[in-house]
Amino acid sequence: MCGIVGLFLKDKSLEADLGRMLSEMLVTMTDRGPDSAGIAVYNAHQAGQAKITVQADNPQVDFDGLDKKLGVAIGTSVKMDIRDTHAVLTMPQASLDTAMAELRQLDPVIRIMGRGESIEIYKEVGLPETVVSRFDIAKMSGTHGIGHTRMATESAVTTMGAHPFNTDSDQCLVHNGSLSNHNSLRRKLRRENIRIETENDTEVAAAYLTWKLQNGSSLGEALESSLNDLDGFFTFVVGTKDGFGVVRDPIACKPAVMAETDSYVAFGSEYRALVNLPNIEQARVWEPEPATVYFWNH
Amino acid sequence: MEKLDLQALGLRALNEKLQNQTDETNQKDWEIINPRGSHAIAVGVDAPINVTVRGSTGYYCGGMNKQAHIHVDGSAGPGVAENMMSGTVTIDGDASQYAGATGHGGTLVIKGNAASRCGISMKGIDIVVHGNIGHMSAFMAQSGNLVVCGDAGDALGDSIYEARLFVRGAVKSLGADCIEKEMRPEHLDILRDLLEKAGCDAKPEEFKRYGSARQLYNFKIDNAY
Repeated sequence: MCGIVGLFLKDKSLEADLGRMLSEMLVTMTDRGPDSAGIAVYNAHQAGQAKITVQADNPQVDFDGLDKKLGVAIGTSVKMDIRDTHAVLTMPQASLDTAMAELRQLDPVIRIMGRGESIEIYKEVGLPETVVSRFDIAKMSGTHGIGHTRMATESAVTTMGAHPFNTDSDQCLVHNGSLSNHNSLRRKLRRENIRIETENDTEVAAAYLTWKLQNGSSLGEALESSLNDLDGFFTFVVGTKDGFGVVRDPIACKPAVMAETDSYVAFGSEYRALVNLPNIEQARVWEPEPATVYFWNH
Repeated sequence: MEKLDLQALGLRALNEKLQNQTDETNQKDWEIINPRGSHAIAVGVDAPINVTVRGSTGYYCGGMNKQAHIHVDGSAGPGVAENMMSGTVTIDGDASQYAGATGHGGTLVIKGNAASRCGISMKGIDIVVHGNIGHMSAFMAQSGNLVVCGDAGDALGDSIYEARLFVRGAVKSLGADCIEKEMRPEHLDILRDLLEKAGCDAKPEEFKRYGSARQLYNFKIDNAY
Protein backbone atom coordinates (compact mmCIF):
# COMPACT_ATOMS: atom_id res chain seq x y z
CA MET A 1 0.00 0.00 0.00
CA CYS A 2 1.47 3.38 1.15
CA GLY A 3 -0.49 6.55 1.61
CA ILE A 4 0.04 9.83 -0.20
CA VAL A 5 -1.32 13.28 0.53
CA GLY A 6 -0.63 16.54 -1.24
CA LEU A 7 -1.84 20.09 -0.99
CA PHE A 8 -1.25 22.94 -3.41
CA LEU A 9 -2.64 26.25 -2.21
CA LYS A 10 -4.09 28.87 -4.53
CA ASP A 11 -5.36 31.04 -1.68
CA LYS A 12 -2.48 32.77 0.11
CA SER A 13 -4.53 33.18 3.27
CA LEU A 14 -4.34 29.40 3.81
CA GLU A 15 -0.53 29.30 3.70
CA ALA A 16 -0.15 29.61 7.46
CA ASP A 17 -2.24 26.44 7.85
CA LEU A 18 -0.44 24.30 5.26
CA GLY A 19 1.53 22.26 7.80
CA ARG A 20 -1.49 21.65 10.00
CA MET A 21 -3.72 20.58 7.10
CA LEU A 22 -1.04 18.31 5.59
CA SER A 23 -0.30 16.75 8.99
CA GLU A 24 -3.97 15.91 9.56
CA MET A 25 -4.28 14.47 6.07
CA LEU A 26 -1.21 12.30 6.54
CA VAL A 27 -2.24 10.96 9.94
CA THR A 28 -5.56 9.86 8.39
CA MET A 29 -3.59 7.66 6.00
CA THR A 30 -1.63 5.89 8.77
CA ASP A 31 -3.17 2.47 8.19
CA ARG A 32 -2.00 2.49 4.58
CA GLY A 33 1.61 2.30 5.74
CA PRO A 34 2.96 2.52 9.28
CA ASP A 35 6.70 1.97 8.56
CA SER A 36 7.88 5.52 8.05
CA ALA A 37 6.53 8.91 7.17
CA GLY A 38 7.77 12.07 5.53
CA ILE A 39 6.68 15.51 4.48
CA ALA A 40 8.05 18.03 2.01
CA VAL A 41 7.01 21.61 2.66
CA TYR A 42 7.65 24.40 0.17
CA ASN A 43 8.12 27.90 1.52
CA ALA A 44 10.40 30.55 0.10
CA HIS A 45 10.71 32.91 3.05
CA GLN A 46 14.10 34.32 2.13
CA ALA A 47 14.82 35.47 -1.42
CA GLY A 48 18.29 34.61 -2.66
CA GLN A 49 18.79 31.99 0.04
CA ALA A 50 18.86 28.21 -0.33
CA LYS A 51 18.22 25.48 2.22
CA ILE A 52 19.62 22.02 2.79
CA THR A 53 17.70 19.73 5.13
CA VAL A 54 20.01 17.22 6.84
CA GLN A 55 19.42 14.37 9.28
CA ALA A 56 21.58 12.69 11.91
CA ASP A 57 20.92 9.92 14.40
CA ASN A 58 22.50 11.84 17.32
CA PRO A 59 21.55 15.42 16.57
CA GLN A 60 23.04 16.90 19.77
CA VAL A 61 26.48 15.60 18.92
CA ASP A 62 26.33 15.41 15.15
CA PHE A 63 24.87 18.90 14.56
CA ASP A 64 27.15 20.57 17.10
CA GLY A 65 29.05 23.26 15.20
CA LEU A 66 27.89 21.95 11.82
CA ASP A 67 26.83 25.43 10.66
CA LYS A 68 30.27 26.88 11.46
CA LYS A 69 32.15 23.96 9.89
CA LEU A 70 30.09 24.21 6.71
CA GLY A 71 30.39 27.99 6.70
CA VAL A 72 34.19 27.79 6.83
CA ALA A 73 34.22 25.14 4.09
CA ILE A 74 32.12 27.22 1.68
CA GLY A 75 33.40 30.64 2.75
CA THR A 76 30.11 32.20 3.80
CA SER A 77 27.85 32.23 6.82
CA VAL A 78 25.41 29.36 7.31
CA LYS A 79 22.35 29.49 9.55
CA MET A 80 21.13 26.30 11.22
CA ASP A 81 17.66 25.52 12.59
CA ILE A 82 17.47 22.20 14.40
CA ARG A 83 14.22 20.26 14.60
CA ASP A 84 14.61 16.93 16.36
CA THR A 85 16.81 14.72 14.15
CA HIS A 86 16.75 17.20 11.27
CA ALA A 87 18.41 20.54 10.69
CA VAL A 88 17.80 23.12 8.01
CA LEU A 89 21.00 24.82 6.86
CA THR A 90 20.41 28.15 5.12
CA MET A 91 23.02 29.78 2.89
CA PRO A 92 23.17 32.05 -0.18
CA GLN A 93 21.63 30.40 -3.24
CA ALA A 94 24.93 30.72 -5.14
CA SER A 95 26.67 28.50 -2.55
CA LEU A 96 24.16 25.62 -2.69
CA ASP A 97 26.09 23.29 -5.00
CA THR A 98 29.39 23.84 -3.15
CA ALA A 99 27.65 23.30 0.16
CA MET A 100 26.14 20.01 -1.06
CA ALA A 101 29.58 18.78 -2.16
CA GLU A 102 31.23 19.90 1.10
CA LEU A 103 28.51 18.34 3.27
CA ARG A 104 29.06 14.97 1.63
CA GLN A 105 32.78 15.21 2.52
CA LEU A 106 32.39 16.76 5.94
CA ASP A 107 30.91 13.98 8.04
CA PRO A 108 29.42 10.63 6.95
CA VAL A 109 26.84 10.66 9.77
CA ILE A 110 25.12 13.68 8.21
CA ARG A 111 22.50 12.52 5.72
CA ILE A 112 21.02 14.90 3.18
CA MET A 113 17.21 14.84 2.99
CA GLY A 114 16.66 17.61 0.50
CA ARG A 115 17.81 20.92 -0.89
CA GLY A 116 16.45 23.88 -2.78
CA GLU A 117 15.33 27.47 -2.52
CA SER A 118 12.05 26.63 -0.87
CA ILE A 119 11.85 22.89 -0.05
CA GLU A 120 12.33 21.41 3.41
CA ILE A 121 11.99 17.63 3.89
CA TYR A 122 11.37 15.88 7.18
CA LYS A 123 11.19 12.09 7.22
CA GLU A 124 11.78 9.34 9.73
CA VAL A 125 10.91 5.76 10.58
CA GLY A 126 7.71 5.62 12.64
CA LEU A 127 4.03 6.43 12.51
CA PRO A 128 2.87 9.63 10.77
CA GLU A 129 1.49 10.98 14.03
CA THR A 130 4.88 10.59 15.73
CA VAL A 131 6.84 11.94 12.79
CA VAL A 132 4.70 15.06 12.27
CA SER A 133 4.76 15.89 15.97
CA ARG A 134 8.52 15.32 16.32
CA PHE A 135 9.11 17.95 13.67
CA ASP A 136 6.17 20.16 14.64
CA ILE A 137 4.99 20.13 11.03
CA ALA A 138 1.59 21.54 12.06
CA LYS A 139 3.16 24.94 12.76
CA MET A 140 4.82 25.21 9.35
CA SER A 141 3.53 27.51 6.68
CA GLY A 142 4.05 27.08 2.97
CA THR A 143 2.69 27.31 -0.54
CA HIS A 144 2.44 23.58 -1.19
CA GLY A 145 3.49 20.30 0.34
CA ILE A 146 3.49 16.54 -0.09
CA GLY A 147 3.32 13.80 2.54
CA HIS A 148 3.84 10.06 2.45
CA THR A 149 3.37 7.17 4.81
CA ARG A 150 5.24 4.06 3.79
CA MET A 151 4.64 0.34 3.73
CA ALA A 152 8.00 -0.81 2.49
CA THR A 153 8.31 -3.35 -0.31
CA GLU A 154 11.43 -2.61 -2.35
CA SER A 155 14.03 -1.55 0.20
CA ALA A 156 14.76 -1.46 3.92
CA VAL A 157 12.78 0.59 6.45
CA THR A 158 15.27 3.39 7.11
CA THR A 159 15.25 7.18 7.14
CA MET A 160 16.93 7.19 3.75
CA GLY A 161 14.30 4.80 2.39
CA ALA A 162 11.42 7.02 3.51
CA HIS A 163 9.69 9.35 1.04
CA PRO A 164 9.72 12.13 -0.24
CA PHE A 165 12.86 11.74 -2.36
CA ASN A 166 14.70 14.85 -3.45
CA THR A 167 17.19 14.33 -6.30
CA ASP A 168 17.68 17.92 -7.43
CA SER A 169 17.02 21.41 -6.19
CA ASP A 170 13.40 21.85 -5.08
CA GLN A 171 12.24 18.62 -6.73
CA CYS A 172 10.58 15.87 -4.79
CA LEU A 173 8.61 12.75 -5.50
CA VAL A 174 6.50 10.33 -3.48
CA HIS A 175 5.23 6.99 -4.70
CA ASN A 176 2.59 4.40 -4.01
CA GLY A 177 3.44 1.19 -5.83
CA SER A 178 6.57 -0.65 -6.83
CA LEU A 179 8.84 -0.45 -9.85
CA SER A 180 10.23 -3.59 -11.44
CA ASN A 181 12.94 -2.09 -13.67
CA HIS A 182 14.57 0.13 -11.05
CA ASN A 183 17.87 -1.77 -10.97
CA SER A 184 18.59 -1.43 -14.69
CA LEU A 185 17.36 2.15 -14.72
CA ARG A 186 19.54 3.02 -11.70
CA ARG A 187 22.62 1.71 -13.53
CA LYS A 188 21.68 3.71 -16.61
CA LEU A 189 21.12 6.91 -14.65
CA ARG A 190 24.39 6.51 -12.74
CA ARG A 191 26.19 6.21 -16.06
CA GLU A 192 24.55 9.54 -16.93
CA ASN A 193 26.11 10.99 -13.74
CA ILE A 194 22.81 11.22 -11.86
CA ARG A 195 23.49 10.70 -8.17
CA ILE A 196 21.34 7.99 -6.50
CA GLU A 197 21.91 7.33 -2.82
CA THR A 198 19.81 4.25 -2.00
CA GLU A 199 18.59 0.93 -3.31
CA ASN A 200 15.02 2.22 -3.21
CA ASP A 201 12.87 2.02 -6.36
CA THR A 202 11.19 5.38 -5.77
CA GLU A 203 14.47 7.26 -5.63
CA VAL A 204 15.14 5.95 -9.13
CA ALA A 205 11.86 7.43 -10.34
CA ALA A 206 12.79 10.77 -8.75
CA ALA A 207 16.26 10.60 -10.30
CA TYR A 208 14.72 9.71 -13.67
CA LEU A 209 12.68 12.93 -13.61
CA THR A 210 15.79 14.89 -12.60
CA TRP A 211 17.67 13.42 -15.56
CA LYS A 212 14.83 14.30 -17.95
CA LEU A 213 14.59 17.84 -16.60
CA GLN A 214 18.34 18.34 -16.85
CA ASN A 215 18.09 17.31 -20.49
CA GLY A 216 15.56 19.96 -21.35
CA SER A 217 12.20 18.30 -20.69
CA SER A 218 9.48 20.21 -18.93
CA LEU A 219 8.09 18.49 -15.87
CA GLY A 220 4.99 17.59 -17.88
CA GLU A 221 7.14 16.00 -20.60
CA ALA A 222 9.26 14.17 -18.02
CA LEU A 223 6.14 12.72 -16.41
CA GLU A 224 4.79 11.71 -19.85
CA SER A 225 7.98 9.85 -20.69
CA SER A 226 7.99 8.13 -17.28
CA LEU A 227 4.90 6.28 -18.50
CA ASN A 228 7.05 4.61 -21.17
CA ASP A 229 10.30 4.16 -19.28
CA LEU A 230 9.15 3.06 -15.82
CA ASP A 231 7.84 -0.48 -15.50
CA GLY A 232 5.64 -1.28 -12.54
CA PHE A 233 2.83 0.12 -10.46
CA PHE A 234 2.83 3.73 -9.55
CA THR A 235 0.85 6.68 -8.44
CA PHE A 236 3.34 9.53 -8.21
CA VAL A 237 2.91 12.95 -6.70
CA VAL A 238 5.74 15.35 -7.50
CA GLY A 239 6.62 18.78 -6.27
CA THR A 240 8.74 21.54 -7.80
CA LYS A 241 9.52 25.02 -6.52
CA ASP A 242 6.22 26.37 -7.76
CA GLY A 243 4.38 23.33 -9.05
CA PHE A 244 2.59 20.15 -8.13
CA GLY A 245 1.99 17.15 -10.41
CA VAL A 246 0.26 13.76 -10.38
CA VAL A 247 0.58 10.75 -12.65
CA ARG A 248 -0.67 7.15 -12.43
CA ASP A 249 0.49 4.15 -14.45
CA PRO A 250 -1.84 2.82 -17.18
CA ILE A 251 -3.21 -0.01 -14.98
CA ALA A 252 -3.93 2.48 -12.16
CA CYS A 253 -4.61 0.02 -9.37
CA LYS A 254 -2.96 2.31 -6.81
CA PRO A 255 -5.75 4.56 -5.57
CA ALA A 256 -5.90 8.32 -5.99
CA VAL A 257 -8.51 10.97 -5.28
CA MET A 258 -8.20 14.65 -6.04
CA ALA A 259 -10.19 17.68 -4.99
CA GLU A 260 -10.07 21.21 -6.34
CA THR A 261 -11.65 24.43 -5.16
CA ASP A 262 -10.81 28.09 -5.80
CA SER A 263 -8.53 27.86 -2.75
CA TYR A 264 -6.55 24.65 -3.27
CA VAL A 265 -5.81 21.45 -5.15
CA ALA A 266 -5.57 18.41 -2.89
CA PHE A 267 -4.48 14.83 -3.40
CA GLY A 268 -5.22 11.82 -1.20
CA SER A 269 -4.76 8.09 -1.63
CA GLU A 270 -8.30 7.94 -0.28
CA TYR A 271 -11.13 10.40 0.15
CA ARG A 272 -10.74 10.01 3.94
CA ALA A 273 -7.59 12.15 3.73
CA LEU A 274 -9.55 15.08 2.30
CA VAL A 275 -12.61 15.24 4.56
CA ASN A 276 -11.27 17.97 6.88
CA LEU A 277 -10.27 20.38 4.12
CA PRO A 278 -12.18 23.67 3.99
CA ASN A 279 -15.33 23.53 1.84
CA ILE A 280 -14.61 19.98 0.70
CA GLU A 281 -18.36 19.48 0.18
CA GLN A 282 -18.25 22.11 -2.56
CA ALA A 283 -14.99 20.88 -4.12
CA ARG A 284 -14.77 19.14 -7.47
CA VAL A 285 -13.70 15.64 -6.45
CA TRP A 286 -12.43 13.14 -9.01
CA GLU A 287 -10.04 10.26 -9.58
CA PRO A 288 -7.09 11.09 -11.82
CA GLU A 289 -7.27 9.07 -15.04
CA PRO A 290 -4.69 6.36 -15.75
CA ALA A 291 -1.63 7.36 -17.81
CA THR A 292 -2.62 11.02 -17.66
CA VAL A 293 -0.38 13.81 -16.39
CA TYR A 294 -1.91 16.46 -14.14
CA PHE A 295 0.00 19.58 -13.20
CA TRP A 296 -0.61 22.85 -11.39
CA ASN A 297 1.72 25.86 -11.20
CA HIS A 298 1.79 28.99 -9.10
CA MET B 1 -35.94 6.23 10.80
CA GLU B 2 -32.99 5.41 13.03
CA LYS B 3 -30.01 7.68 12.69
CA LEU B 4 -26.49 6.30 13.27
CA ASP B 5 -23.49 8.59 13.65
CA LEU B 6 -20.52 6.60 12.39
CA GLN B 7 -17.95 8.78 14.11
CA ALA B 8 -19.72 8.49 17.47
CA LEU B 9 -20.60 4.83 17.22
CA GLY B 10 -17.59 3.35 15.47
CA LEU B 11 -17.68 1.03 12.47
CA ARG B 12 -18.05 -2.32 14.24
CA ALA B 13 -20.96 -1.21 16.40
CA LEU B 14 -22.69 0.38 13.44
CA ASN B 15 -22.34 -2.67 11.22
CA GLU B 16 -23.40 -4.93 14.07
CA LYS B 17 -26.67 -3.00 14.46
CA LEU B 18 -27.40 -3.34 10.75
CA GLN B 19 -26.33 -6.99 10.61
CA ASN B 20 -28.59 -7.82 13.57
CA GLN B 21 -31.70 -6.87 11.58
CA THR B 22 -33.76 -9.82 10.37
CA ASP B 23 -36.52 -10.41 7.83
CA GLU B 24 -39.11 -9.53 10.50
CA THR B 25 -37.56 -6.25 11.63
CA ASN B 26 -39.87 -3.30 12.15
CA GLN B 27 -36.99 -0.86 11.91
CA LYS B 28 -36.98 -0.52 8.13
CA ASP B 29 -35.26 2.84 7.64
CA TRP B 30 -31.72 3.71 8.67
CA GLU B 31 -29.59 6.75 8.10
CA ILE B 32 -25.82 6.85 8.53
CA ILE B 33 -24.26 10.24 9.10
CA ASN B 34 -20.58 11.30 9.16
CA PRO B 35 -19.25 8.49 6.93
CA ARG B 36 -16.16 10.63 6.11
CA GLY B 37 -14.86 8.16 3.54
CA SER B 38 -14.68 5.28 6.05
CA HIS B 39 -14.21 1.72 4.88
CA ALA B 40 -16.67 -1.20 4.94
CA ILE B 41 -19.82 0.78 5.78
CA ALA B 42 -22.99 -1.37 5.82
CA VAL B 43 -21.30 -4.60 4.76
CA GLY B 44 -22.89 -8.01 5.22
CA VAL B 45 -26.43 -6.74 5.79
CA ASP B 46 -29.06 -9.47 5.34
CA ALA B 47 -32.50 -7.90 5.91
CA PRO B 48 -35.05 -5.98 3.82
CA ILE B 49 -34.10 -2.56 5.19
CA ASN B 50 -33.33 0.82 3.63
CA VAL B 51 -29.97 2.34 4.52
CA THR B 52 -29.05 5.86 3.44
CA VAL B 53 -25.44 7.00 3.86
CA ARG B 54 -25.15 10.81 4.01
CA GLY B 55 -21.79 11.51 2.43
CA SER B 56 -19.00 9.70 0.62
CA THR B 57 -17.70 6.26 1.55
CA GLY B 58 -14.33 4.50 1.35
CA TYR B 59 -13.50 0.93 0.39
CA TYR B 60 -16.12 -1.86 0.16
CA CYS B 61 -19.35 -0.04 1.07
CA GLY B 62 -22.35 -2.38 0.88
CA GLY B 63 -20.17 -5.43 0.32
CA MET B 64 -21.87 -8.85 0.42
CA ASN B 65 -25.25 -7.14 0.64
CA LYS B 66 -28.36 -9.35 0.78
CA GLN B 67 -31.86 -7.87 0.51
CA ALA B 68 -31.05 -4.38 1.78
CA HIS B 69 -31.45 -1.19 -0.25
CA ILE B 70 -28.35 0.86 0.35
CA HIS B 71 -28.17 4.42 -0.95
CA VAL B 72 -25.02 6.52 -0.82
CA ASP B 73 -25.71 10.23 -0.99
CA GLY B 74 -22.17 10.92 -2.21
CA SER B 75 -19.41 8.99 -3.97
CA ALA B 76 -18.08 5.53 -3.17
CA GLY B 77 -14.52 4.25 -2.87
CA PRO B 78 -13.06 1.04 -4.32
CA GLY B 79 -15.05 -2.19 -4.31
CA VAL B 80 -18.54 -0.82 -3.65
CA ALA B 81 -21.16 -3.61 -3.47
CA GLU B 82 -18.41 -6.19 -3.87
CA ASN B 83 -19.88 -9.69 -3.96
CA MET B 84 -23.46 -8.43 -3.55
CA MET B 85 -26.00 -11.27 -3.40
CA SER B 86 -29.34 -9.41 -3.68
CA GLY B 87 -30.97 -6.06 -2.89
CA THR B 88 -29.80 -2.78 -4.35
CA VAL B 89 -26.91 -0.39 -3.89
CA THR B 90 -27.31 3.09 -5.38
CA ILE B 91 -24.51 5.63 -5.57
CA ASP B 92 -25.50 9.23 -6.30
CA GLY B 93 -21.96 10.29 -7.20
CA ASP B 94 -19.03 8.40 -8.74
CA ALA B 95 -17.69 4.97 -7.85
CA SER B 96 -14.00 4.07 -7.67
CA GLN B 97 -12.40 0.97 -9.15
CA TYR B 98 -13.91 -2.54 -9.17
CA ALA B 99 -17.48 -1.50 -8.37
CA GLY B 100 -19.74 -4.55 -8.11
CA ALA B 101 -16.82 -6.97 -8.38
CA THR B 102 -17.80 -10.66 -8.23
CA GLY B 103 -21.46 -9.69 -7.49
CA HIS B 104 -23.85 -12.64 -7.59
CA GLY B 105 -27.15 -10.77 -7.67
CA GLY B 106 -29.02 -7.59 -6.89
CA THR B 107 -28.70 -4.26 -8.67
CA LEU B 108 -25.92 -1.69 -8.42
CA VAL B 109 -26.77 1.75 -9.79
CA ILE B 110 -24.04 4.37 -10.17
CA LYS B 111 -25.42 7.79 -11.12
CA GLY B 112 -22.02 9.30 -11.90
CA ASN B 113 -19.02 7.55 -13.46
CA ALA B 114 -17.38 4.29 -12.46
CA ALA B 115 -13.58 3.91 -12.59
CA SER B 116 -11.61 0.93 -13.87
CA ARG B 117 -12.58 -2.75 -13.50
CA CYS B 118 -16.28 -2.09 -12.98
CA GLY B 119 -18.08 -5.44 -12.78
CA ILE B 120 -14.88 -7.48 -12.80
CA SER B 121 -15.77 -11.18 -12.49
CA MET B 122 -19.47 -10.37 -12.07
CA LYS B 123 -21.51 -13.49 -11.47
CA GLY B 124 -25.14 -12.44 -11.88
CA ILE B 125 -25.33 -8.89 -10.58
CA ASP B 126 -26.95 -6.15 -12.68
CA ILE B 127 -24.96 -2.92 -12.84
CA VAL B 128 -26.27 0.30 -14.37
CA VAL B 129 -23.86 3.21 -14.73
CA HIS B 130 -25.38 6.53 -15.78
CA GLY B 131 -21.98 7.93 -16.79
CA ASN B 132 -18.77 6.33 -18.11
CA ILE B 133 -16.76 3.33 -16.99
CA GLY B 134 -12.97 2.88 -16.91
CA HIS B 135 -10.62 0.34 -18.43
CA MET B 136 -10.78 -3.45 -17.95
CA SER B 137 -14.43 -3.36 -16.96
CA ALA B 138 -16.34 -6.67 -16.95
CA PHE B 139 -13.03 -8.56 -17.04
CA MET B 140 -13.89 -12.29 -16.87
CA ALA B 141 -17.55 -11.37 -16.33
CA GLN B 142 -19.50 -14.57 -15.97
CA SER B 143 -23.17 -13.67 -15.72
CA GLY B 144 -25.48 -10.69 -15.22
CA ASN B 145 -25.87 -7.38 -17.07
CA LEU B 146 -23.64 -4.32 -17.21
CA VAL B 147 -25.38 -1.24 -18.64
CA VAL B 148 -23.31 1.85 -19.43
CA CYS B 149 -25.10 5.00 -20.54
CA GLY B 150 -21.85 6.81 -21.33
CA ASP B 151 -18.56 5.52 -22.73
CA ALA B 152 -16.43 2.49 -21.84
CA GLY B 153 -12.62 2.52 -21.43
CA ASP B 154 -10.02 0.17 -22.85
CA ALA B 155 -10.33 -3.62 -22.94
CA LEU B 156 -14.03 -3.91 -22.19
CA GLY B 157 -15.13 -7.45 -21.41
CA ASP B 158 -11.71 -9.09 -21.66
CA SER B 159 -12.03 -12.90 -21.34
CA ILE B 160 -15.77 -12.56 -20.78
CA TYR B 161 -18.01 -15.59 -20.28
CA GLU B 162 -21.79 -15.16 -20.41
CA ALA B 163 -22.48 -11.68 -19.01
CA ARG B 164 -24.26 -9.16 -21.26
CA LEU B 165 -22.72 -5.74 -21.75
CA PHE B 166 -24.78 -2.81 -23.05
CA VAL B 167 -23.01 0.44 -23.90
CA ARG B 168 -24.68 3.56 -25.27
CA GLY B 169 -21.55 5.61 -25.99
CA ALA B 170 -18.14 4.81 -27.44
CA VAL B 171 -16.08 1.78 -26.44
CA LYS B 172 -12.40 2.68 -26.46
CA SER B 173 -11.40 -0.91 -27.17
CA LEU B 174 -12.73 -4.41 -26.64
CA GLY B 175 -10.77 -6.94 -24.63
CA ALA B 176 -9.77 -10.42 -25.80
CA ASP B 177 -12.71 -12.50 -27.03
CA CYS B 178 -15.27 -9.72 -26.53
CA ILE B 179 -17.30 -8.76 -29.60
CA GLU B 180 -20.28 -6.66 -30.52
CA LYS B 181 -23.38 -8.82 -30.77
CA GLU B 182 -26.82 -8.58 -32.27
CA MET B 183 -29.40 -6.75 -30.12
CA ARG B 184 -32.46 -9.02 -30.16
CA PRO B 185 -35.92 -8.16 -28.79
CA GLU B 186 -35.27 -10.07 -25.54
CA HIS B 187 -32.19 -7.92 -24.94
CA LEU B 188 -34.16 -4.74 -25.48
CA ASP B 189 -36.66 -6.00 -22.89
CA ILE B 190 -33.93 -6.70 -20.33
CA LEU B 191 -32.37 -3.31 -21.00
CA ARG B 192 -35.69 -1.42 -20.80
CA ASP B 193 -36.38 -3.03 -17.44
CA LEU B 194 -32.91 -2.24 -16.06
CA LEU B 195 -32.97 1.38 -17.26
CA GLU B 196 -36.34 1.89 -15.67
CA LYS B 197 -35.20 0.36 -12.38
CA ALA B 198 -32.14 2.60 -12.42
CA GLY B 199 -34.15 5.76 -13.06
CA CYS B 200 -32.41 6.36 -16.37
CA ASP B 201 -34.25 7.91 -19.30
CA ALA B 202 -31.96 6.52 -22.03
CA LYS B 203 -33.68 4.49 -24.74
CA PRO B 204 -32.77 0.79 -25.15
CA GLU B 205 -32.46 1.27 -28.93
CA GLU B 206 -29.51 3.65 -28.39
CA PHE B 207 -27.31 0.90 -26.94
CA LYS B 208 -25.05 -1.72 -28.48
CA ARG B 209 -24.63 -5.14 -26.99
CA TYR B 210 -21.28 -6.82 -26.38
CA GLY B 211 -20.50 -10.32 -25.21
CA SER B 212 -18.28 -13.33 -25.61
CA ALA B 213 -17.15 -14.63 -29.00
CA ARG B 214 -16.58 -17.93 -27.18
CA GLN B 215 -13.25 -18.49 -28.92
CA LEU B 216 -10.85 -18.47 -25.96
CA TYR B 217 -9.25 -21.76 -24.91
CA ASN B 218 -11.84 -22.41 -22.22
CA PHE B 219 -14.45 -22.52 -24.98
CA LYS B 220 -12.18 -24.05 -27.66
CA ILE B 221 -9.32 -26.11 -26.35
CA ASP B 222 -7.54 -25.90 -29.73
CA ASN B 223 -7.01 -22.19 -28.99
CA ALA B 224 -4.92 -22.93 -25.88
CA TYR B 225 -1.28 -21.92 -26.12
